[in-house]
Amino acid sequence: MIRIGLPPHLRTLARVDGEVRVDVDGQVTQRTVLDALEARYPVLRGTIRDHVTLRRRPFVRFFACEQDLSHEPPDLPLPDAVAAEAEPFLVIGAIAGG
Amino acid sequence: MSGVRVLVGTRKGAFILSSDGKRGQWAVSGPHFAGWEIYHLKGSPANPDRLYASQSSGWFGQVIQRSDDGGKTWEPVGNKFTYDGIAGTHQWYDGTPHPWEFKRVWHLEPSLTDPDAVYAGAEDAALFRSTDGGQNWEELSGLRGHGSGPHWQPGAGGMCLHTILLDPADPRRIFVAISAAGAFRTDDGGRTWRPINRGLKSGSIPNPDAEVGHCVHRLAMHRSRPAVLFMQKHWAVMRSDDAADSWREVSGNLPTDFGFAIDVHAHEPETVYVVPIKSDSEHYPPDGKLRVYRSRTGGNEWEALTNGLPQRDCYVNVLRDAMAVDSLDSCGIYFGTTGGQVYVSADGGDRWDPIVRDLPAVLSVEVQTFA
Repeated sequence: MIRIGLPPHLRTLARVDGEVRVDVDGQVTQRTVLDALEARYPVLRGTIRDHVTLRRRPFVRFFACEQDLSHEPPDLPLPDAVAAEAEPFLVIGAIAGG
Repeated sequence: MSGVRVLVGTRKGAFILSSDGKRGQWAVSGPHFAGWEIYHLKGSPANPDRLYASQSSGWFGQVIQRSDDGGKTWEPVGNKFTYDGIAGTHQWYDGTPHPWEFKRVWHLEPSLTDPDAVYAGAEDAALFRSTDGGQNWEELSGLRGHGSGPHWQPGAGGMCLHTILLDPADPRRIFVAISAAGAFRTDDGGRTWRPINRGLKSGSIPNPDAEVGHCVHRLAMHRSRPAVLFMQKHWAVMRSDDAADSWREVSGNLPTDFGFAIDVHAHEPETVYVVPIKSDSEHYPPDGKLRVYRSRTGGNEWEALTNGLPQRDCYVNVLRDAMAVDSLDSCGIYFGTTGGQVYVSADGGDRWDPIVRDLPAVLSVEVQTFA
């Protein structure tokens, strides 16, 4: 299982409290984690990454293990601690706007 | 028992205001979708319990919500708005080509007859349609593709398709308006479109009589006379008597002909309401006085309606989708402000009262009438 931390507005939209956990088959990457997240919570499609290009929305960031992974390639493996369930993969709403 | 339900979209959520037919005591529900921008929500004329809401955020994009119980509960439906084929380019502010990019839905217009059919006006300007209750959306791409699309340019608020009028007498005819491209009409259910801007004059564009490029802020129609249209343009209030084949100015004695909102009395097709705004750089009423202007002559002759509205130190704006009318015997007029007030007049504009005073900035107001 992969632990995912969602920002409050997306937790409300997905109707979940706290972290969510998803199963990922194979390598644990941004893409496979987000694919699994969207498969389990289809309402999140289009809110984290574009429907078609699957690019991260500009004001959404990805963090894990105190690293900003937002600009990492989506198929790069996430840190071992995320795959081992020791650390969550964090989806963050960027500090922008008011 | 008669009553009304007022659907209010704001910068930070949706609110539903309910009253009986007297419109004196109000129940306030909300915020729904707290913290999100609700550009618009509207009920189906065919099933008043079916509501659609456009929920968006600069962080998390577009969500469409649907209610089947009059707004008590909501379900997210489809939010995939993809331009048909190669999206192409429109003009950017500096005149260079700029790719079409979906940003948000400004306006939702449910079908007059089918609760599952609804149109969505988008930024960057395009018209989408769903026939399955909002689950799936397809672009009516004949609008962008009719020829003038590459020459459209955004207004200051973005290049938005903000007005959708469905002709009650002809289901194949739809009017839309886009800032700052102008107004367009289809007579074949959305397959083909043509600009309907003859008679508009915009001094701020190179050719003031151009076929497209006019910043149309809002269109309004009385359902008994769908060939008569009223328009609040960036500057000027306009009228058409030929389904928008041509327009003439009816600004008349207004203190300023700039503004956003315009609407028509439910029972008097020649009675029209606007809220004059000082200028395009000063988005507030002239002299700090919030005044609705009413014409009982279809334009040109306007009277100020001030009773119950602030007549000093008022510097709010009334946005294009933030005025609506009910259809009770004594027609109610409603509008919301960027200061968070929603006003009602239960007597056609003679007397105004605030329903709420302190909402987030109001983006849209719609009314459902229960006879």
